[in-house]
Amino acid sequence: MGNLTLIAEPGKQEITITREFNASRELVFRVLTDPALTPKWWGPRSLTTIIDKMDVHAGGMWRFVQRDQQGNEFAFHGVYHAVIAPERVINTFEFEGMPGHVILETMTLEAQADGKTLLTASSVFQSVADRDGMLSSGMAEGSRESYERLDELLKLL
Amino acid sequence: MISTYEALADPTRRRILDLLRERPRVVGELVDALKITQPGVSKHLRVLREVGLVRVRQDAQRRWYELSIEPLAEVDGWLASYRHLIAERYERLDEILSELQEKENNDGQPNTDR
Repeated sequence: MGNLTLIAEPGKQEITITREFNASRELVFRVLTDPALTPKWWGPRSLTTIIDKMDVHAGGMWRFVQRDQQGNEFAFHGVYHAVIAPERVINTFEFEGMPGHVILETMTLEAQADGKTLLTASSVFQSVADRDGMLSSGMAEGSRESYERLDELLKLL
Repeated sequence: MISTYEALADPTRRRILDLLRERPRVVGELVDALKITQPGVSKHLRVLREVGLVRVRQDAQRRWYELSIEPLAEVDGWLASYRHLIAERYERLDEILSELQEKENNDGQPNTDR
């Protein structure tokens, strides 16, 4: 199982994630773009992911809804800008709880010499503040400090 | 109306919350600690009050700003769901990939891309 790396340089609007998979690029691409398989990996196990729309081609829309056990829902949507099998998907990403804060995501798959596949996922935010907000909301291990600060606030609840 | 998420997205506002977590403070203390102007601090406090993360207690002489954590309950669901999202997402992908590879091996069929 490949190691997850997460790069978020201070003062930049970008987050870059890399992860290696023990499977061919074709298979990884197929799984990543299959609406039937997406609920099985896209969200955390604690939440149910519902695929409202997933029209995987340039100009197509996607909309996923995550539901927790209490019935709270968190919805996300965006548009596919480019879908190039088996190497690249470019799309926008917007959390509906924070409308107008749109992220541009580029996912690239590279075949490795040993038959594995390297996934690189880059997210470009509209501002550094937007990116740091996402980081502090727990997206990244790399920003553990600001997250822990928030964690301490939450403990007071 | 700004959302709690937007209020928390700003590093200065998170710093203010940190300071208020220690104890209630007056504006002057925040100005000193943050090294930004009073109008700047007031602007951030206004945003934090708008989303209910900060409330004001009026003393005889002074206005104390204090932390109000109720809105964070709303954020908690989002935080909890996001915390390990990335790592967990890829672990789940590993599982699906292994299952599909096993199935293909059993079927004796090569991987075919659509």
